[in-house]
Amino acid sequence: MTDPVLSVRDLRTHFFTRAGVVKAVDGVSFDLAAGEILGLVGESGSGKTVTGFSILGLIDAPGRIVEGSVMLNGTELTSLPEAQLRARRGRDISMVFQDPIATLNPMLTIGQQMRLAINAHEKLGRRAAEARAAELLTQVGIPSAEARLRSYPHEFSGGMRQRVAIAIALLHRPSVIVADEPTTALDVSIQAQILYQMRDLAAQTGTALIWISHDLAVVSSLATRLAVMYAGRIVEQGPTATLLRDPRHPYTAGLIASLPATSKPGEPLAQIPGTTPSLLSLPPGCPFAPRCARQTPACTEEPALTIEADRGWRCFHPVGQMHEEPA
Amino acid sequence: MSDQSTPLRRFWAEFRENKVAVVALVVMVLMGLLALFASVVSPQNPYDLANLSLMDSRRPPGFVGSGGYTHLLGTDPQGRDLLSAIFYGLRISIQIGLAAGFVSLTIGTFLGILAAYLGGRIETLIMRMVDLQLSFPAILLALVIVAMLGQGKAQLIGALVAAQYAYFARTAYGAAKAERGKDYIEAAVATPLSTRLVMLRHLLPNCTPPLIVVATVQIANSISLEATLSFLGLGLPVTEPSLGMLISNGFPYMMSGRYWISVYPGVALIILIVAINIVGDQVRDQFNPRLRR
Amino acid sequence: MTAFVKIDGVSRVFGPNLTTGEKIAAKLGARVETRSVHAVSDVSLEVRKGETLGLVGESGCGKSTLGRLIAGILPPSSGRVTIDGVPVMTHGVKATTRVQTVFQDPFASLDPRMKVGDTVAEGPITHGLTTRADAASYVAEWFRKVGLDPVWADRYPHQFSGGQRQRIAIARALAMKPDVLICDEPVASLDVSIQAQIINLFLELTRDLNLTTVFISHDLSVVRHVSDRVAVMYLGRIVELGPVAEVFGTPAHPYTDALIGSVPKLVLDGDELVRFETIKGEVPSPLSPPAGCFFHPRCALATPECSRDMPLMRPVAGRAEADTRAVACHHSEQLVPG
Repeated sequence: MTDPVLSVRDLRTHFFTRAGVVKAVDGVSFDLAAGEILGLVGESGSGKTVTGFSILGLIDAPGRIVEGSVMLNGTELTSLPEAQLRARRGRDISMVFQDPIATLNPMLTIGQQMRLAINAHEKLGRRAAEARAAELLTQVGIPSAEARLRSYPHEFSGGMRQRVAIAIALLHRPSVIVADEPTTALDVSIQAQILYQMRDLAAQTGTALIWISHDLAVVSSLATRLAVMYAGRIVEQGPTATLLRDPRHPYTAGLIASLPATSKPGEPLAQIPGTTPSLLSLPPGCPFAPRCARQTPACTEEPALTIEADRGWRCFHPVGQMHEEPA
Repeated sequence: MSDQSTPLRRFWAEFRENKVAVVALVVMVLMGLLALFASVVSPQNPYDLANLSLMDSRRPPGFVGSGGYTHLLGTDPQGRDLLSAIFYGLRISIQIGLAAGFVSLTIGTFLGILAAYLGGRIETLIMRMVDLQLSFPAILLALVIVAMLGQGKAQLIGALVAAQYAYFARTAYGAAKAERGKDYIEAAVATPLSTRLVMLRHLLPNCTPPLIVVATVQIANSISLEATLSFLGLGLPVTEPSLGMLISNGFPYMMSGRYWISVYPGVALIILIVAINIVGDQVRDQFNPRLRR
Repeated sequence: MTAFVKIDGVSRVFGPNLTTGEKIAAKLGARVETRSVHAVSDVSLEVRKGETLGLVGESGCGKSTLGRLIAGILPPSSGRVTIDGVPVMTHGVKATTRVQTVFQDPFASLDPRMKVGDTVAEGPITHGLTTRADAASYVAEWFRKVGLDPVWADRYPHQFSGGQRQRIAIARALAMKPDVLICDEPVASLDVSIQAQIINLFLELTRDLNLTTVFISHDLSVVRHVSDRVAVMYLGRIVELGPVAEVFGTPAHPYTDALIGSVPKLVLDGDELVRFETIKGEVPSPLSPPAGCFFHPRCALATPECSRDMPLMRPVAGRAEADTRAVACHHSEQLVPG
């Protein structure tokens, strides 16, 4: 494996709230190679969004990165002062949010906003900047891009606005883009178009992507690697195909089995019992143990990371080994 | 499944964290108690003319009068003990503030929710009337109404209500309009439940937070509005002086060094209004989801 | 099979809600939107006793509006909905308790200031299904049926997770003893691991209580799993209708075909793990739908006929009757030769 562009080690982001300390991210580690697409999958409260925000240093009080390291192209980001971090955001690493309307200024045309984004990091003449902006809009699939530069955000549909947000994220050819559920609010037909284009763009530009989503099917259509999060930890990660065909962690296996597409119509679905745990009152040891069919007394200890070839998991009783049928 | 407590208890736990607001609440309650037990705590009944002696009028704080006790805050032009007069004045001010506040709350909320729920012509009719009224200054409206109705407690409360119900109607309307579109109202309508039930059991309880905030502010406003009217001589009869009238009574003597007659009732009025407003601010902050942690 | 729920030429038009000022401005030539949206246009459908009809389509296709029309929450602009021959609405007011609704977002559909037990009991008490004295045991019975501990009846909605709230919302709907249940995206806002629990509960309850159900969802895999028949909507019209396996297996409308193609699917045993295709373009504005077939600007099969004539629902090739399988397309034979 080549040197990773982004390397996250033992990242811990905690929120110090009135009710107690919420360990939203608690020991997350992964590497991202150039051009790689990592799917970060998890349910609400699993810490996937906070992980994304932590990488960009966008955690506000009462939250704080309490431990760990985020290395981008060899630079440690967690200890960087805000001014230097800002200089890198948008240039070396950028973010696409779920709701594009919140990130676009309603009072400025798309062209003005893209010029501002360009000039934040490099001096470029008006004409050159507009040419770059139009080129990127075309790349993300916006027809007659030059004319659309003079449009305001409200004149675009939801899908088109998200394409604009992606184009802005791509302006400086960053090494890494963190995309937080960017297609969740969109219709399936538009989502398919955007996923298709993102896959191409990542391959063309060599930009690495972290695609955060709750939808296993969506990320697996895009990502080369998957990381499954539960209660602030990555419980399993590995190449998409391996992980989906042969999951090790009972949670991953349960998620795949509970998808309606994987069982016969009308039959009860294989369900994971219980509810997602409150981060304020996690059980000791494996956080999934209370919902897990395979739990034993050993599970009150925190399971260590088991690494096998290009994949890893945190479980004492992994599924699918020794040729047994998946649960 | 974390939180077992009632909404009220959580509210109080959060309120307690703001020390200034707690002090303001204590002051507010204390002034309320002083007003309630004015006849017990006051050295003198300032409304009982038999108790008053013109010999004691306009005496400075600390003067020992014909009654044999010390007038801590001095006396007014009628020879009333100022401290007692302030306690009794507080009682009247708070009484009128609360009464006007609650009556306008009831009327305003009813109109606002009705307009938001029913929509159409009724909505237009009610809300345009409210808008029209909000475009006049409250004091002007109150002045005109008092001038028309004449003096007296009921008339004064009527004037204050007429001047203020529109604020409640606006607030209730805004809140109800926002709640009206939510799924739980739709779910109640879809059951189906009667209009009356939906309005009373679902819409009204969910509109209360902003109404409580407006109510605290408006009670403070009623008190100062009443003080203003009394100061101008349009409030209550001279025999039952509210704080505004006490201030007005001392006004001619301000320049002759007898400051206390106006200043002490003024200070009492200010403390009361500031305390209510601080409590109101804290309540508003706690109800504002954007400021929540 | 006879129709139990009958939706007869139902349309719903949303006019722009103009204030007096806007009306005057529009008269004076200002750019005020005065066009209306045909959220649901001339939909006729029948749902049989005990069946689950899936209603799919993208956002803005009118599926939720149609659900509200069937549920008696919105009065139709024209046409009518009957259950067992009895109209759902009379004079714009819901006249029956036989149809109940489960809403998408359980965080919004429960009154935050009412104990959940009271929320469940309120309707049955009002409509005489139980008395105030027996309400507690009545609620407890429904709590047990949806898998909730009856002691939780005294709690407020904020004390529950999303899945538990949706169970409460289901209990509220079923405690009214309806014959027909409208489920408007009931699992869309739930976590993946919770979705399966709610779908299973839904399957169990509809079977045990012999409910007739309209299941609205944008998630084709969920609809495929729970439905007997499915209706596909596009811009306020039904474009295809039929048994779920047939519609999803051999779609007769190019839109259905494209919609199925654009859903990312896990194909765990195929060569390619995940497969999806894209439809070109976007859904046109419902304010100014295209002439002829609404789908023709995005359709690969479109001919000049399609931009001229609106296709009507007709039996799919090889079918005798429109109610077994129907499609609104001039060229469906190219997809299903019959």
